[in-house]
Amino acid sequence: MTTEQAETAEATPRYQELRHSVRLLLSNPVSAAGAAGVLLLLLTAALAPYIAPYDPLAINLQGRFLDPSGEHLFGTDHLGRDVFSRVVWGSRVSLTVGLITLIEASVLGTIVGLVAGYKGGWVDSLVMRITDVFLAFPSIILALAVAAALGRGLTSVMMALGITWWPLYARLIRGQTLSVREEQYIEGARLSGAGGIRIMFKHILPNCMAAIIVQISMDVGFTILAAASMGFLGIGAQHPSPEWGLQCASGAKYLVYQWWISTFPGLAIFLSVISFNLLGDGLRDVLDPRLRRG
Amino acid sequence: MGDPLISIRDVKKYFPIRGGLFQSTVDNVHAVDGVSFDIERGETLGLVGESGCGKSTLSRCVMRLVEPTSGEITYNGTEISEIPRKEYWRRAQMVFQDPRSSLNPRLTIGYSVGEPLIVRGVGAEEVRSRVTEFLGIVGMNPEHFSRYPHEFSGGQRQRLLVSKALITDPEFIVLDEPTSSLDVSVQAKILNLLNRLKAERSITYLFVSHDLSVIKHMCDRVVVMYVGKVMEIAPKDEIFGNTLHPYTRLLIDSIPNPGAKEERTMMGRESIELPSNIDLPMGCRFSPRCPHASEECTRAQPELVEVEPGHFVACHMYGK
Amino acid sequence: MTKTILEIRDLRTYFYTYAGVVKALEGVNLRVNEGDIFGIVGETGCGKSVTALSILRLVPNPGRIIGGEIIFEGRDILKLSEEEMRREIRGKGMAATFQDPSTFLSPSHTIGEHLKDIIKANADDPRGLKGRELNERIISTLAKVNLPDPERVADQYPHELSGGMRQRSMIATGTSGRPSLFIADEATTFLDVTIGAQILRLFQEMNRVDGTTIILITHNLGIISEICNRVAVMYAGQVAETCTTEALFKKPLHPYTVGLLASIPLIDREADELEEIPGTIPNLIHPPEGCRFHPRCKHVMEVCRREVPTICEVSQGHEVACHLFNGEVRSDG
Repeated sequence: MTTEQAETAEATPRYQELRHSVRLLLSNPVSAAGAAGVLLLLLTAALAPYIAPYDPLAINLQGRFLDPSGEHLFGTDHLGRDVFSRVVWGSRVSLTVGLITLIEASVLGTIVGLVAGYKGGWVDSLVMRITDVFLAFPSIILALAVAAALGRGLTSVMMALGITWWPLYARLIRGQTLSVREEQYIEGARLSGAGGIRIMFKHILPNCMAAIIVQISMDVGFTILAAASMGFLGIGAQHPSPEWGLQCASGAKYLVYQWWISTFPGLAIFLSVISFNLLGDGLRDVLDPRLRRG
Repeated sequence: MGDPLISIRDVKKYFPIRGGLFQSTVDNVHAVDGVSFDIERGETLGLVGESGCGKSTLSRCVMRLVEPTSGEITYNGTEISEIPRKEYWRRAQMVFQDPRSSLNPRLTIGYSVGEPLIVRGVGAEEVRSRVTEFLGIVGMNPEHFSRYPHEFSGGQRQRLLVSKALITDPEFIVLDEPTSSLDVSVQAKILNLLNRLKAERSITYLFVSHDLSVIKHMCDRVVVMYVGKVMEIAPKDEIFGNTLHPYTRLLIDSIPNPGAKEERTMMGRESIELPSNIDLPMGCRFSPRCPHASEECTRAQPELVEVEPGHFVACHMYGK
Repeated sequence: MTKTILEIRDLRTYFYTYAGVVKALEGVNLRVNEGDIFGIVGETGCGKSVTALSILRLVPNPGRIIGGEIIFEGRDILKLSEEEMRREIRGKGMAATFQDPSTFLSPSHTIGEHLKDIIKANADDPRGLKGRELNERIISTLAKVNLPDPERVADQYPHELSGGMRQRSMIATGTSGRPSLFIADEATTFLDVTIGAQILRLFQEMNRVDGTTIILITHNLGIISEICNRVAVMYAGQVAETCTTEALFKKPLHPYTVGLLASIPLIDREADELEEIPGTIPNLIHPPEGCRFHPRCKHVMEVCRREVPTICEVSQGHEVACHLFNGEVRSDG
């Protein structure tokens, strides 16, 4: 019995693996920058009430179009509202939209993908054809169409984006399921008496998590961008929401002289998207087992 | 004797090869092509052959992981297709070959080993106590319940697979190349463990392997397969001491053997590879490589005949 | 009388991984004579493959050869530049085949194309060799490894061939430069028994007919007994014992060798229980002090826990690294 204990004493405990993963992620300056950006965004959203010096909705017609200064870091807009506070509070809106959309899309997509990949046959073919149809449309057009049908507002945006995004996840998970399905431990699970549901959710799903996490982290940036685009077009968030796309739209006609009204929200969008992209890229490299040695 | 635990009758398993625009069946891979034999209660039956012989496919048919294309497999007299799967898999279990991919890397070994009980509704407390009991039985530290497979060595993972197979108290276990990917010194421990368990718990084993030395050490009787068909069946001493089929002879002669003095004469023609399971030779499967092949051998397939009590051969050299 | 073709002295190869430094080879000593079929046998982690890669100087990242000498045909090849290794040693002086030829044969080139490249690379006058003469060289090289229908094989891609044929193709590419030393690392592990037996026959032929010295690396003691004349047993990065094949099976000295032999089921031996060597292969990041085998050794003594055993020549050509035999020291010091 003691010889077996000696064997496992050498095993790499899980936390050491995790620590190594984090170290690997941060060792690449590009993905470290991405991680920093995402962290900044998360903190801003979480601590918005404490960071924002002014009420983002407070109109002050006396202080319209003020230049960026010590008092108003990003200046004020055409209604005298502090742009900095609006950008800070806008992070909450963007993040909420991004995350909720992706939770919808990934949950729906995962379930569909798991079933399609595991069952195969006509179920799989059907799912493939349906996702083909969805993916054939440019996502923005599709989202716009759905949002227009559902009416204005952020809820429609989230629903529309969810509908646009789920086929991607379905395809992703289906692919993963197809390969995991062939592993010997799945056969072992069948032999234990496990049924389809248990195999799909207890056995296959955990092995897909890495792919899901990478995809989500990449997609948050794009959903924020999509939501902002819809806001810009007037379909998404409505006044007086501090949503970044909407702010860009409102400030567009003042771009030449009061450039700060659109520029800062625009920069916020840019930084958020790029941070998530870089983080997602970095995560993909870290979670790819082949790159872990050395 | 005479009351086999498992009876395999003329089992065939073909895998369709699809091709063409409409994915119709173009041809078939004849993985198992008409195999019959019995597995006696309490014995360790060896199933030996090289790649493509069908032993893995056949063992999966016996375990009901794969449905045979035709033929019949009975367990205690009942057709296995009539036994509910969960019930069958309580009495018959399997230990897989590759310890690296046979355990889900994302689940604790406690779960993997206990899954057969969890699935059957056994309560968490009892699952835990039975799993720790069986971990101990196979020589593992019961406290490693919540560890993950990658924390263990190949030999230890193989033990985990064994404990998982034992946990429902089966009376029949298929061992599919259980030690092929292990170091020699680790193999010794696993083989000793398997023998000990068999004696203590009265289990019948079907031991599938390509390694004749291991087969000789572990098995009471041996079935030799080649390209989907049975070539020879005999008790261990007969297979090695009174080898009849030329393929069995070739197999035994090909084993590098410590202590061998004379250079063995190579039976069978040089550089002939194993035939595919698709384009099968007419007549005896082994005829292209057999030094004793006659005209009859290339024309007609030999029947499996009991040449001596308990000793079966499928070869035209041995009378009907 | 017999010339030494390869001598390895105190070879050390370490791998610098994130988990720590893996001391894969810690002072390996070997001597291979011309015309030998020399076997290196051991289990997982013993370092036999790393030794092969070190000899060829193909140790992958994060590994590095950090000490010792590898003297091949009189030259210490560890002192050569990569350019010199490529030009003079690999292909011409020594060649190798590995366990899985698919990783060494490009899937987008036919076997003939592989051979063409290698033959031209090793020819003294690459430009002089062309057209029909080159083709004939390719076909004859393939025929030498007993490939049936070599003209057809030359036009095929690696994935179109069976495992045995791929292994032969790899051997063909290796021997095309007519090397004096050929290293086969687990050449038959992935092959069926009957096909593997043919490959072993091929090695014997190469050795007998062309005089090629062969180093055969395997975990299978049966293969060693079948075709090797001398053998080195490796354990945890060091050589435990070196001797003739006959001596290995008749008079094994090192406790590890003895344990190993007792744990294999042999085709011509009956045993109810196989002997087990207690414990497991050590972690090479933190190997045991002193003799690396001491935690598992039946005959462990105090000195084993402290000092690494020196190599002693116990009888003609039979060397052991074990404190049990420290009394008999080599006559040449």
